[in-house]
Amino acid sequence: MTTSTLLAAAGEVSGGEEVTFWILAPLALLGAIGMIAARNAVHSALWLVLTMLCLGVFYVLQAGPFIGMVQIIVYTGAIMMLFLFVLMLVGRDASDSLIETLRGQRVAAIVLGLGFAGLVGGGLWRGLQGSAAVGLEQANAEGNVQGIARLLFTKYVLAFELTSALLITAAVGAMVLAHIERRKEDRMDQIATMKARFAPGNYPGPKPGPGVFATSSSVATPARLPDGRLTDRGTSDILPVRELTAQETSLKGTDK
Amino acid sequence: MTFLAQDPTLADFGRDPWWLVLGKVVFAFAFGLVATLLGVWFERRVVGFMQVRPGPNQVGPFGLLQTLADGLKMAFKEDILPKAADKVVYFFAPVISVVCAVTALSVIPFGPMVSIFGHRTPLQVTDVPVAVLLVLACSSMAVYGVVLAGWASGSTYPLLGGLRSGAQLISYEIALGLSVVAVFMTAGTMSTSGIVAEQGAGTQLSVFGTEIPAPGWYAILLFPSFVIFFISIVGETNRAPFDLPEAESELVAGFMTEYSSLKFALIMLSEYVAMVTMSAFTVTLFLGGWRAPWPITIWEGANSGWWPLLWFFGKVVALVFVFVWLRGTLPRMRYDQFMRLGWKVLLPINLVWLLVLGGLRSIEDWDTRSKLIAVGIPAGILLLATLFWPSRRPEPKPTVQEQVDNRPQGSFPLPPMDLQVPPSPRTRRVVAEREPANIAAAPDSQEV
Repeated sequence: MTTSTLLAAAGEVSGGEEVTFWILAPLALLGAIGMIAARNAVHSALWLVLTMLCLGVFYVLQAGPFIGMVQIIVYTGAIMMLFLFVLMLVGRDASDSLIETLRGQRVAAIVLGLGFAGLVGGGLWRGLQGSAAVGLEQANAEGNVQGIARLLFTKYVLAFELTSALLITAAVGAMVLAHIERRKEDRMDQIATMKARFAPGNYPGPKPGPGVFATSSSVATPARLPDGRLTDRGTSDILPVRELTAQETSLKGTDK
Repeated sequence: MTFLAQDPTLADFGRDPWWLVLGKVVFAFAFGLVATLLGVWFERRVVGFMQVRPGPNQVGPFGLLQTLADGLKMAFKEDILPKAADKVVYFFAPVISVVCAVTALSVIPFGPMVSIFGHRTPLQVTDVPVAVLLVLACSSMAVYGVVLAGWASGSTYPLLGGLRSGAQLISYEIALGLSVVAVFMTAGTMSTSGIVAEQGAGTQLSVFGTEIPAPGWYAILLFPSFVIFFISIVGETNRAPFDLPEAESELVAGFMTEYSSLKFALIMLSEYVAMVTMSAFTVTLFLGGWRAPWPITIWEGANSGWWPLLWFFGKVVALVFVFVWLRGTLPRMRYDQFMRLGWKVLLPINLVWLLVLGGLRSIEDWDTRSKLIAVGIPAGILLLATLFWPSRRPEPKPTVQEQVDNRPQGSFPLPPMDLQVPPSPRTRRVVAEREPANIAAAPDSQEV
């Protein structure tokens, strides 16, 4: 990755660039195919990471070092990482089932996908055939980063700002939907919690565990306080408190 | 100054013969490995010194070979593969960590232009116009090593540790990236050798006839950025007080719980290499790189030839010492405090500082009067705002006696304030009668 490679003149392909391309292009394709073919969602994401990394190196090779690094930092490092987070929280054993819900869906998808790729590839090939890329020298004249900065902050400043406003709106919207704000007066700091614990009417000791002093070890059994009263503080809120019948409290006959 | 000619520029890279490139790569890699071997020893000795105990001192002179012995022992241990583990990912995760940590070393400038077997070449593997971004990319890819190690282990604590660590690294990467922006703004370049060169060009101060170069270090010029950057890299390298991924009191060992033998050694290697890499990165960005600090620069040849390697290693060792010092001093932070520090303290301060810096830079070529006005008006507004900000008068704090008296009826009983616990009648005072020792005191030479 030398400076001369980075600022390669358009049209000429240096030896190093060619070697790198022929090593990485199959890897990128392998990643793309692996992403489709992998059964496990996390493996799929990892294959996609491979493709994105190869793309990042391609950008660097094509005299765009800044966009290449940003591709790796932002897409591979941040966005794919968030994807992985979600996938891992879903569960590691979640794999796709191979049962077709629509008959012939897979064959149709393959045919349509290949056809679309053929159309796009053919169109691009015919469109770009014989045309030589120009203007790379001028674009990178004062350095790649400076060139991008000049364009972003002059010509495309409005589009850039609009995009960032859109992204921020989306982020704030997601937060508004998902975030539960507790009111300030409802929030209790450690001192307030401690005071409430020792306030009159509250028992400051630890809560009784389920089944403490009780006749059964079921979690649904209300605990008995040391003075013999029943208390529902030991049971979960979703469990109704009830007295057990004699049949329920008797031994099941499973223990010798 | 004659030694400025030693500064490599971007055009000096990519001209080396293949054997020189290979040699530089091997040197950078070996630097990482040796730094790990010595770093573990250094950390254990320094922490030992701080805790008033000797630390490893048995294997080799001063215990220097202790890490080597530990590494050999680790290699011969049984490599356990958990049944629920995802085998391929489980194997690759530590490899990703090591590769990312070592790759970042390739753009760190170790020294100026030197002559190796007749070739003039910079002491740096390579440099690109976006070298700093390359280091950031490596550290963002290193997150994969941690998260995948946690996920592939197939058990609960590693998964939780991995996810928690992923969130931590991503959050602190933002603060890290923002604090580097100030360096870009000041240096005007993203290449590491360029940043080092920019820090050399300080103005000269004349004190009593002697010329003292004012430090061009960005640690001084961009002090807020430096502080935020250093805090962020402590978080980024999972070092105490931010070693939450492996918080052993809550997560066993976090993402590396299931790892053993050589794979565990790889994880440990990557952590120490990352610590050294990040120290070298800090030295490059903020502490003048391989340039000698002021008193040494009185000597003309300080910044030329092979001497800068020495200054560079000295600065790196000093920073590694700070890492160890932090570990020996500070207790681990709680996770929510840690995230709050990153998002609600470091990030806003960084943004405001960048705004101020951008403002200062845009008025740089104005005349003095406009400059004063431009700085004075915002400063005045800020001063007035702080002076006249409505402040709530804190209510007088009641004394303990008042608080006790004001407790409502039926409160939990308190012992009296002047309670004196009488000694229990059941305890008897026992005094041990001991015979005087008459053994000749042996010289206590060997520390164990």
